[in-house]
Formats: sequence, C-alpha cells, structure tokens
Amino acid sequence: MVETIINVEHVTMKFNLMEEKVDTLKEYVVKLIKGKLFYNEFIALHDISFTIDRGDIFGFIGFNGAGKSTMLKILAEVLKPTQGRVTVKGSIAPLIEVGAGFDPELTAKENIFLNGAILGHSKKFLEKHFDAILDFAALRDFVNVPVKNFSSGMYARLGFAIATEVRPDILIVDEVLSVGDYKFQEKCEKRIQEMINNGTTVILVSHDIGMIRRLCNKVVWLDHGRIKDIGDTERICRMYER
Amino acid sequence: MLASLKKILKYKYLLCVLVERDIKTKYRRSVLGVLWSMLNPLLMMIITAMVFSTLFRFAIENYVLYLLVGQVAFTFFAESTNFAMGSILQNGALIKKVYVPKYLFPASRVMSSCVNLLFTVPAIVIMMLYTGQTPTWRIISFIIPLILMLAFCMGVGLILSACVIYFRDIYHLYGVLLTALNYATPIFYPESIVPAQYQWILTINPLYYYVKGFREVVYNDGIPELHTMGICFGIAMVFLVAGILIFRKVQNQFILYI
Repeated sequence: MVETIINVEHVTMKFNLMEEKVDTLKEYVVKLIKGKLFYNEFIALHDISFTIDRGDIFGFIGFNGAGKSTMLKILAEVLKPTQGRVTVKGSIAPLIEVGAGFDPELTAKENIFLNGAILGHSKKFLEKHFDAILDFAALRDFVNVPVKNFSSGMYARLGFAIATEVRPDILIVDEVLSVGDYKFQEKCEKRIQEMINNGTTVILVSHDIGMIRRLCNKVVWLDHGRIKDIGDTERICRMYER
Repeated sequence: MLASLKKILKYKYLLCVLVERDIKTKYRRSVLGVLWSMLNPLLMMIITAMVFSTLFRFAIENYVLYLLVGQVAFTFFAESTNFAMGSILQNGALIKKVYVPKYLFPASRVMSSCVNLLFTVPAIVIMMLYTGQTPTWRIISFIIPLILMLAFCMGVGLILSACVIYFRDIYHLYGVLLTALNYATPIFYPESIVPAQYQWILTINPLYYYVKGFREVVYNDGIPELHTMGICFGIAMVFLVAGILIFRKVQNQFILYI
C-alpha cells in the first residue's frame, strides 16, 4: 500500500533581495524618506508540487542555485513558503550541517544532549541511546572533550550519529556526507541503507550522481526554481548528465 | 491553542538543556564557578557602598542591604534582557537548519538569568545576618515579585530579540537606555531625594515598582504590598502579551535577516 508522507502543493518562495542590505535604523529611515527602499523580488521556487510516498528514497538534483536547499528548508519547516502548502506526516530529522546545533564550549557528552533536545527528544530517550551514539561516532575516548577541539570529521561523525540514532520517519540528507574519510562515508551509507530497509523515507540532495543512482528510487530535477522533470531515477539522471 | 501547548511540552526538555548550557558555559574554566554568581553582586555592592556612603552619605538605614537588593533586581533585568536580545542572532546558524520554536532562545536566556539571581540569595541572606536583620519566614514571599519580574523581563526580551533582527542599532542603543534606567531607578539613592517635579519619572519607570516590591520583602521584612504587586502584575502582563504578539508576528521572517 502506498501512503503519501509528504505532500507539496503549489509552493512558491519569494525572497526580497534588497539592493543593499538595510540593517540599521538610520539607513532604513534615510532610504524610506528618499523613496529608495525598493525590493528586488527573487523567485527561488515557482509553483512546485509533488508528493513523496512512505519508503521513498527521494533525490533532488539540479545545478547551483536551482532551489534545492530552499526546498529542503521548506520541507524541514525552517522556511515558510510564500504561497502554497506542505503537509508532512511523521517526524523529520534534518542532518544538521557541521557545527550548527553544537555549542563549541560544551563537551561531546553535553552536546549529545543539547543536539538531541534540539531534535525534539526527551532526556530518557537520549540516556537510553547515549552509548549507541558514542559508539557509532567512535568518539568514546573524547566524551569529556569540548567539541571546539574536535576535527571537522569528528564533528560530522557526532552530528550524523545523533541525527540517525533517532530512527525518524523522514531523514533529510543535504550533502553532509562529503566530510569524513571514506571509511566513515561507507558507514554512513550503510546506515542510511539500513534505515531505508526499515522503511524510513529519505530525502537526499547531492551533486554526486553516482550516489543518487545507487540510493534513490525517485528523483526531482530542479532548474531555476521550477521542476524540470520528475520520476524514475535512471531516466532523469541520464538526461541530467547530458 | 492546544497544538501550541503540546509543542511547548515537547520542547520542555530543550528549554532545560538551554538554561543548563547558559549556566555551564558562563562559568566554565573559572575556579570559583557558580560562586561568582554570589561574589559578583557582593563585590559590586561593596564598591558602590564605599563610594556612596563616604562621598554622598545618604540618610538610609542599613544602606548596604538597601543597595544590594536594588542592585540584584536591576542586574537581573539588565542581564536577562541584554542576553535575550542577542539570542536569536547568536543561534542563527541553528535556526537556519532545524525547526525549533524560536521563542525558546530568548526565553531560556531570561530563565538562566533568573537562576543566576537565585544563586545570589545566599549572598543576600549573609548580608542580612551581617547587618543584624535576621531573616524571617516572610522572606519566602520574595517569590511573588520575582515571578512577576520574570514575566516582565520575558516580555521585554521577546520584543528586543525580535526587533534587533531588523535593526542592529538597538544593540548599541539599549546599552545607553540601560544606563539611563539605572539612574532613573532608586537603586543607590533614596526615593526622597528626587525633586518633586521629577517624581513622575519614577512613576513611569517599570523597574521602580519591581525594586520596590523586592525591598518591601527583603529590606522591610514584610510581605509585598498589594498595590505595588498589582502594578507589577499589570506591567508584566502588558509587556508579556506585547512581546508574544510581536514575536509571533515576525518570527517567520527571522531567517531572511540573520
């Protein structure tokens, strides 16, 4: 049985690009008086509609500036679309980019709880899964080290371990896997595969067409804020690479 | 309404973690740690007391206690609102990546300042004993002005954190405003030295009522007067409701400006 887990209906996202960024009150008033306060409208996404079914491995491809990241932010509820509606059934765990969600002054242990809480987990849940997170990230020797002393690979490992320990209904992966050595990348892919087997819906953004081919069963090709094509992975990847 | 209440409960733990983080990072790597929360107001009080009891000689009975209470209350306001103001900007990286109810950031900052204030209670008790004013059970009632002031600071913090996103000038402006408020509130001087034609400044200064409330408990060894608490409650509600409304209205725009 196919169940729609994410429904995107006619989503349009507009940004107001100001000629110059007006940050201060004085500038604002001066510009207002001079009548120079215009906005340049920029349409990042234009009337996008699609659905994602439970268990889908959904890939986003497109050139830089096509609106992939904006789309992901809307799916993760970080951005509100200017028009249109997004309905999500279930929990979403975004793979936070390296660093965000960590406090550099706190230790790895404290950050696991902080980051876990940000993702909406309870203390009980985190205590139960604490060891598993540490083991996956292979950071047991560094539990009490402030994460500001971590290498970027260690950061990424910890972030990935926390976000995927959750077993959410939907996992959003935004090019984070490019950090870390190949061994860890393999581990990550294995874990994503494992989650896929368990029925997690995955949304993937990558410029690595190989990875999209390996994992996804459905792909959207975004181009200048519009859907250029949507459907079967092989067919779209072939067109994209041409 | 019910949905937003559910959301608050879901993120209750995050609020605790954020408050904990603020307190932990504040005193990390310092030898005395949390003791600083106690020492700081005491040392500040000693300095101010030295200056004003020798230079100006205000006719105030038990001047050190009078001063300490006023200072602790004002510091709570200044620290919490200032701290809350930058909270959205400082957590910008996070807000851009994950959905988190944004009010949590200013709210946690105000609450951690409140916890900080609670750490100063021993300092106040020590000062009371030292100056020969034995604390009685009535001191417990300081919780009433404290809760009202917490609501007031929360409101101001929400307004500031939202406005500063659009106009960073507020950062600098607010420092000046705090200094002005510091002088406009009878913290180190008695109310009576304010000339009659300037008394209105006290009546429009919200902090005046909160400081008064705290003094009614700790300094006068009484329970807070109904009249004062009524005004405090009114101010707190006005600012809190205004804060929530403003914050809700603009919170979806934050991400475009940070």
